[in-house]
Amino acid sequence: MAWTWFHRFGSPPYFYRVAGTLTPWFAWPAGVLCVAGLVAGLALAPPDYQQGDGFRIIYVHAPAAWLSLMVYTVMAVSAAVGLIWRMPVAHALSAACPVIGASFTFVALVTGSLWGRPMWGTFWEWDPRLTSELLLLFLYLGYMWIRSAIEDTARADRASAVLAIVGVVNVPIIHYSVLWWNSLHQAPSVMKLGRPTMPASMLVPLLMMLLGFTLYFAALLLVRARGELLRRERSTRWVAEVIGGAGP
Amino acid sequence: MQFLRMGGYAAYVWPSVLLTVAVVLLNVHWARRSARAALAVARRRIALQRGADA
Repeated sequence: MAWTWFHRFGSPPYFYRVAGTLTPWFAWPAGVLCVAGLVAGLALAPPDYQQGDGFRIIYVHAPAAWLSLMVYTVMAVSAAVGLIWRMPVAHALSAACPVIGASFTFVALVTGSLWGRPMWGTFWEWDPRLTSELLLLFLYLGYMWIRSAIEDTARADRASAVLAIVGVVNVPIIHYSVLWWNSLHQAPSVMKLGRPTMPASMLVPLLMMLLGFTLYFAALLLVRARGELLRRERSTRWVAEVIGGAGP
Repeated sequence: MQFLRMGGYAAYVWPSVLLTVAVVLLNVHWARRSARAALAVARRRIALQRGADA
């Protein structure tokens, strides 16, 4: 049953059609959750007893950092699936990820610096969490560079997949760096075993933002992957049928 | 006004929010532009193919 589902999604025309149907189901809840979470985080959550209103940066920093890790994981898993099963859909999904991932890694780094200045007294420190997150940005840039440097799509898929798979080791390093090494960065307060250490009035807006950003990524990924599939499969019959018929 | 001052952290909170919102909106714009461009290329190719077949 699971394999039937897997192979059905591996079919480009099926994926193209289903992705088009699913996109608004992810996009609208994402928009509602992000707006509500941001308003609640900025205006309704109480100030932190130590960090005052400066802690509110967490409502944009944590979702951006979460996306930076999740997008890379999706990119690496899709690349591995594409490499093992030679699925064009998996390679298209992987190729759809790096711009999204790099931009949110950049946001996580900048918003983290803006939080660090008043809290730590510095914009930047070569701390394990910050350094491994910067490395993640370079991995995304390297992936994009490989794809743009190799003209042949199949070769670009293979080469970029190797980088994505090797680089995925950095994801747990980023997450656990604050526990494995002495770090200025605070330990996880939500993504950890046991109960979150935040009160509900602060936690609920954050969870709304995290879920909203996840759904937002799902919608973006589907839109980008559809475009990527069209580019790759433009000479095939199914594209002629889908585009040349009543439209996409 | 007190809300905008963010307890003295306005210089850090608002640029963070604005940057994030800008990147969120830019990603939507980039994704839609990329999908539209792919669709236009595919349509042109099909039109050329049909012209050649006719």
